[in-house]
Amino acid sequence: MNFIYDLHRTMMSQNLILVYQGDFTQESTKSILSMAERNLDSSGEDSSIKRKVFNVMVEALQNIVKHSDELVDGQTRSHAAIFLIGKESNRYSIMSGNPVRKSNVERLKKNLEHINGLDKDGLKELYKEIIKNTTISEKGGAGLGFVDMARKSGGKLQFEFPEMNADYCFFCLKVNVPRDTE
Amino acid sequence: MEILNLEGTEDTPKIILDKKNGIFEISGRSLPEDSAEFYRPVLEWIEQYGEQANPSTDFVFKLEYFNTASSKLILDVLSALEDIKGMKILWYFHEDDEDMEEAGQEFSELVEIPFEFKTY
Repeated sequence: MNFIYDLHRTMMSQNLILVYQGDFTQESTKSILSMAERNLDSSGEDSSIKRKVFNVMVEALQNIVKHSDELVDGQTRSHAAIFLIGKESNRYSIMSGNPVRKSNVERLKKNLEHINGLDKDGLKELYKEIIKNTTISEKGGAGLGFVDMARKSGGKLQFEFPEMNADYCFFCLKVNVPRDTE
Repeated sequence: MEILNLEGTEDTPKIILDKKNGIFEISGRSLPEDSAEFYRPVLEWIEQYGEQANPSTDFVFKLEYFNTASSKLILDVLSALEDIKGMKILWYFHEDDEDMEEAGQEFSELVEIPFEFKTY
């Protein structure tokens, strides 16, 4: 059972304060949010930072609920994804990982790179542009999640797509929220 | 006109739309699973109200948090209010919540309705 200790040590060394793996639904989203909120409250975190962390968390979690692809591997079908929060002295990191079909990777990458290429005003313009012209998709999204995360974070969205198998990549996303208030 | 009264929950806002008593308010948190479905009765109520609106309407938004899918629906609500004469938006934000203040300013730039900003 050494893996338990290993997992514990990994979490400690990566400064993870919350890890959830499993099926993601609106119900699990609410539970994760309230757990994280309690944690932020009990640590006496500044309310504006708390709000930003909450904001990024909601978008990250609802992205998984709405967009994570079902992994089909032979007989096995899985919706499993992972969500993590890290806390360091100068920042919170909101991280997620979920399977995406390889055919969706290029579009996702382009979208993220486009957002990362914009400054504060550029993001604001893009947000207004999308909200004026978008309609809520069948999945219930407005297409604004990444833009909003970038705005609330004030930094770049970090992402990687390690390969899972011939058909899927694992979409890893990391968004930092600084803890130093200006 | 019937009163629309929805109790707030941990992921949906409290909503009171009461023509007779002149109370029009959306407050709390908005991150429903299906934002379009959640706001449909609100949009329907406003459409009806538009046909027989009070001479003036102060519509209060006092939101603590909303997700991006809700922001699209809030814009739809504002667009529906835009055509009603005597409409004014009272946009409340917590005094240290710059993001909520900025969100209100952005909405005010997207619709032709007077906005009044207030802190709580």
